[in-house]
Amino acid sequence: MSAPELARTSATTRKDRLAVVRPRRSRQWVVGRVVTHACILVGVVLSLFPFYWLLVMSTSTTAQIFGYPPNLLPSTHLLQNLRNVVANVDLLGSMLNSFIVAGSLAVLVVLLDSLAAFAFAKYRFPGRNALFGVLLVTFLVPGNLSLVPSFVLMSKLGWMGDLQALIVPGAANAFGIFLLRQFAQASIPDELIESATLDGAGFFRTWWSIAIPMLRGGLAFLGIFTFVTAWNDYIWPLVVLVNPGRQTLQTALAQLNSVYTTDYGMIMAGAVVSVVPLIGIFLIGSRHFISNIAAGALKG
Amino acid sequence: MAVTVGQRTTRRAPELSVKRQGVRRFWPQYAAVSPFYLIFLVFGAFPILFSIYLSFTDWDGIGQIKFVGLQQYAYLFQDSRFWNAVGNTLVIWVISTVPMLFLALVMAFLLHQNIRMKGFYRVAFFIPNVTSMVAMAIVFGSVFSDSFGIVNSALTALHLPTVAWLSTEWGIKITIAVMVIWRWTGYNAILYLAALQAVPDELYDAAKVDGAGFWRTFFSVTIPMLRPVILFTVITSTIGGLGLFTEPQILFGAANGNGTVGGVNEAGMTIVLYQYDQAFSQLDFGYGSAIAWALFALAAVFAIINWRLLRDRDAVPKVTRRAKEVAK
Repeated sequence: MSAPELARTSATTRKDRLAVVRPRRSRQWVVGRVVTHACILVGVVLSLFPFYWLLVMSTSTTAQIFGYPPNLLPSTHLLQNLRNVVANVDLLGSMLNSFIVAGSLAVLVVLLDSLAAFAFAKYRFPGRNALFGVLLVTFLVPGNLSLVPSFVLMSKLGWMGDLQALIVPGAANAFGIFLLRQFAQASIPDELIESATLDGAGFFRTWWSIAIPMLRGGLAFLGIFTFVTAWNDYIWPLVVLVNPGRQTLQTALAQLNSVYTTDYGMIMAGAVVSVVPLIGIFLIGSRHFISNIAAGALKG
Repeated sequence: MAVTVGQRTTRRAPELSVKRQGVRRFWPQYAAVSPFYLIFLVFGAFPILFSIYLSFTDWDGIGQIKFVGLQQYAYLFQDSRFWNAVGNTLVIWVISTVPMLFLALVMAFLLHQNIRMKGFYRVAFFIPNVTSMVAMAIVFGSVFSDSFGIVNSALTALHLPTVAWLSTEWGIKITIAVMVIWRWTGYNAILYLAALQAVPDELYDAAKVDGAGFWRTFFSVTIPMLRPVILFTVITSTIGGLGLFTEPQILFGAANGNGTVGGVNEAGMTIVLYQYDQAFSQLDFGYGSAIAWALFALAAVFAIINWRLLRDRDAVPKVTRRAKEVAK
């Protein structure tokens, strides 16, 4: 609790006591206030500590990490550790791969899902309800079920080790279509579409110049969400990226971790690289992100 | 609700031609929705069907596919390693979900008080959820490391006995559970917070007028209003718990340690880790597929239990509400 806050709470207490308004309760209130803030701060520290610790380790030598008592402050070996990472795995290449996969998935999902969502939300066409029903049913299909056959399919397609094996299967998904359809139904007035139609705009034109701008909030959320999920995906890249020279950051990091367990400082520097861009993107879009996550769950 | 182009045209030109023209004039809509169905057909539906077939075969991915009927499932039922993995998964699920949802409720409740910097706190609590689990599993592995981990260093500094977190059965399970709790508590707290904020103030005012104290209000107003979102979080954490893979794989995968997967006595072997190991390390594709279907069956059982809970619990407030109305 910050100093001005403390000052304010005690001021309130004094005012309450002077006015003889529930004096016992206001003291309780102050105690509750302090306890509340203390608990929240403990929660924040526990949430953020692993990141801080990652930072400390990534800037230390392995000897420093193993030392007792442990040094609790960042050291100065980050660049050396990063250099060691680059010497052992293709850090920049795998980072580029992660950006390619996560970036193209974000763009593809936003485009393809918004097209489908717009059609479902605002147009009536034969078979619409049946098609949408099928889409809802696909929610029930668990991902890990098809790990083995998907692997077989990729090798038959000759996509093993290729990034398209990570991109194409996820280019459109039911979750995004469902989500954007809710957005479209709530935020795009029918009159707007009618007037666009009267002006001679076809479906795709209407989608591009009306739906896309009006769904901006939902599209931003879906884009960030897709990017974050794709960036962090582990099991599928682990199965498909059989070529050790072609990895995403996650699989490269796992490789580093399983082979070079003697150089912890280096592994942690690799971990920092796989976390920092993601946190940056999340922080930029966190406002959209968090409230939409909550809204989705409350409706669901 | 949606005023559609189709209806409009019908009203303006009430001819049969609209129906006749039929499907073809809606080609843009079909084109718009088709990518999802094409992708699902090829990369979703086909692999699922194929995996049913594979689970009845013996195949290493390279040689001949040998049809063996129910043999894989028969083996599965008496495979003690599989049942160990099922047990581990359920234990880790329980010891992570129960504290996690309790802590999330507490955090949401604290954040719901009228405090400043709520935006910052929300972001801080949510950050663990969006981060790379591979990286953080490595971090937790070092934090809980037996010899030089900071947790044991802290225990030593407090003159407490250290715990061999990564080389005892319960230590392994607790370490994995702590990672799950760390990652998902904030996420669930944000959901609870949103639900708390959606509770109408009138309900609290009414409780106050009726003379309800803090705990009475909490159990009679807050918890019932949160029931749908609590059930949602229970269901999502069940799905997540059954699919647990990254954390144990990074800490106790095949490439780590001495060739034993899952740590000491396979205490960290989860169902998905076992599936991955059987399919892609032992190259037993048939058995891997059978494990996947067993996992699906388990998930279905849990879904039914959740659904029952949802239905039964919903029946209770309806009855009491009716009773109250009658009493009036």
